[in-house]
Amino acid sequence: MSEAILDIPLDSTKTAINPVEPYLRMDRMPHIWCPGCGIGTTVNCFARALESSGLNLDKVAIVSGIGCTGRVAGYANLDSFHTTHGRAIPFATGLKLSNPELQVVVYSGDGDLFAIGGNHFIHAARRNMDIKVICVNNLTYAMTGGQTGPATPTEVISATSPYGVFEPSFNLVQLAEAAGASYVARWTTYHVKQLSRSMEEVLHKKGFCFIEVLSPCPTLYQRRNKMGDGLDAMKFYKEVSKVRHGAPTSECALTRAGEIVVGKFVDRDRPDYLELLNRQMTATLGDRYATPEVTCSEG
Amino acid sequence: MHADPNGVLTGVHFLDGDHACCEGTLAAGARFAAGYPITPSTEVVERFAWRIPTVGGIFIQMEDELAASIAIQGAVWGGAKAFTVTSGPGFSLMMEHIGYAAITETPCVFVNVQRGGPSTGLPTLPAQADMMQAKWGSHGDYSIIALCPNSPQECFDLTVTGFNLAEEFRVPVMMMLDECVGHMTEKVVIPEAGQIAITPRRFTYKSPAEFRLFEPREDLVPDMVKAGDGYRFHVTGLTHDERGYPSMNVETQDRLVRRMRDKLKPFANGRAVFEAENLDDAEVVVVSYGITSRVAQRATQMARAQGVRAGKFRIISAWPFPEQHIRELAGRVKAFVFPELNLGQMVHEVERCAAGRAKVISVPHAGGSVHKPEVILQAILEAAR
Ligand SMILES: Cc1ncc(C[n+]2csc(CCOP(=O)(O)OP(=O)(O)O)c2C)c(N)n1
Ligand code: SF4
Ligand SMILES: [Mg+2]
Repeated sequence: MSEAILDIPLDSTKTAINPVEPYLRMDRMPHIWCPGCGIGTTVNCFARALESSGLNLDKVAIVSGIGCTGRVAGYANLDSFHTTHGRAIPFATGLKLSNPELQVVVYSGDGDLFAIGGNHFIHAARRNMDIKVICVNNLTYAMTGGQTGPATPTEVISATSPYGVFEPSFNLVQLAEAAGASYVARWTTYHVKQLSRSMEEVLHKKGFCFIEVLSPCPTLYQRRNKMGDGLDAMKFYKEVSKVRHGAPTSECALTRAGEIVVGKFVDRDRPDYLELLNRQMTATLGDRYATPEVTCSEG
Repeated sequence: MHADPNGVLTGVHFLDGDHACCEGTLAAGARFAAGYPITPSTEVVERFAWRIPTVGGIFIQMEDELAASIAIQGAVWGGAKAFTVTSGPGFSLMMEHIGYAAITETPCVFVNVQRGGPSTGLPTLPAQADMMQAKWGSHGDYSIIALCPNSPQECFDLTVTGFNLAEEFRVPVMMMLDECVGHMTEKVVIPEAGQIAITPRRFTYKSPAEFRLFEPREDLVPDMVKAGDGYRFHVTGLTHDERGYPSMNVETQDRLVRRMRDKLKPFANGRAVFEAENLDDAEVVVVSYGITSRVAQRATQMARAQGVRAGKFRIISAWPFPEQHIRELAGRVKAFVFPELNLGQMVHEVERCAAGRAKVISVPHAGGSVHKPEVILQAILEAAR
């Protein structure tokens, strides 16, 4: 790319900073993601959402599990936790309950959140725990080499399904709604504006919020399935996505090459876990109830 | 620093070990617990769930032990003192997160009320067969502290100690009860809050600009921070450098793993907790811990009555193993007799430390009840021969 196309005056290249830089740990760049990978795109959207949210970023924490997406926590310039495979949500639960003024975001992959961590996902949604879950769904276990996961559509070829996936996959947005999430949306990495807006929206919404982002893994998923590179994925998303806000999540299942319904499907208000706890204890204990003061004092 | 009076149930009580342990957590300043029901440990969190709303804190019953054992660590990084409680199968599920607590140097307490195993084993009956698991159960090299109370009073006292040690060394601390100690009811004296010493969390005084999350102080233990205070720190279970950033190379791994081991050396060298009796003239030393120590006590007295110079060494801090003491004794006694409610676990440590200088006689028991004193006596008499 020539400098002219970049539209940055040559003598100021040293001072020009990418607007998302303040939200990233620039001392950890370059990141580990492959060229054409969609995870970086989602992080870009997240950085923009943090910016437009107006939140005090000292009070925003991010928690990831393990996987390519699990590395997001390590690049976010926030209090950040790279936990164990599948357990980002229960870690986030403890973090939120001990320090409720934190806005806690869980950022992880489809395998992490819905296979090994699936139990935690449904229970956090059931409790309406006040955490925001962003799932980068690349339809595979990427970090370990592109194996079949619970979101991999049937007929796909994967490292552990060399003859094609035959088990049915989860419809993540339907699962989230059924389990009790307060907010459920799905976008793809083609929908950067909408995704940023959704992320910003959940940063201001109470309760358990879930955003699924379909994101290309050109290195493993697409290569094995002859689906081209990162750009081809964008074209594919553009072609097959249909925005249907409020669509019944039962109609939003994904297939290998079929329509991708995107949009905001659920936005409802339910009392969150802490509110329910406080209500119950106040009702039963009255003045004897001591509002939780969980953090320990300094020595 | 002293205990927060809000959590301290000062007075003379009649409590079982599980309940006393719960009172210990509250006195120690724990204001967050996560658990999943399992016999014979559940009473600890049942009492916590009952007590905590009037003290000011949170109990959450999680969906499984994996969740409970990581939720407490989220709570610690949010600023809480926190613990979880389990037994047998649940302890097995917690192993990955014991490793996570070790590598992230998250101070927290795991209470394990041991029951017979393997697998579902003997849900309501005692064993002491998780002692090696407590030390080695998670993968990789790491160090922990494990304490073994033998009475409800000690369940209280040592739980406070356990929380204090977790803060001092930034390691997960295992409270290794057994079903008998957990369920036996005895007098428990809980002192005034002002008489209970508490080790406060060592929060850094450095500014965010100067602070490095895993930069150790002289004692090899780094200072803590909590989320929300502007440090913008990163915690990972990957091998990490002093900034806390992943660093996959031999040097970083070597430095980190060695430091995590070496930071416990001051505890191992001189701070071991134990109870000794009649060791001055002893020819046979009965080594024991937990409920078995109470049977061993009887056997030792019976041996003395029969003219055998038997002494007692009760292990209270099982990990790090009290090597120095066993080594010293091995140079001057004839034999060690070691009854445990397992087929021989900690006895291997005694063998290692004795290094052939004294006989080591294991008195195994598969669990489900305690030894008969006569069985231990028999071993003492044989050892003295
Ligand atoms: C307990 C445990 N089991 C297995 C692994 C290996 N592992 C690492 S990442 C991963 C899959 C991640 O898939 P996903 O969450 O979809 O993330 P992606 O890499 O696709 O972004 C697995 C199985 C692990 N780290 N820990
Ligand atoms: S393997 Fe796939 S998901 Fe992982 S970084 Fe590469 S493209 Fe992205
Ligand atoms: Mg994936």
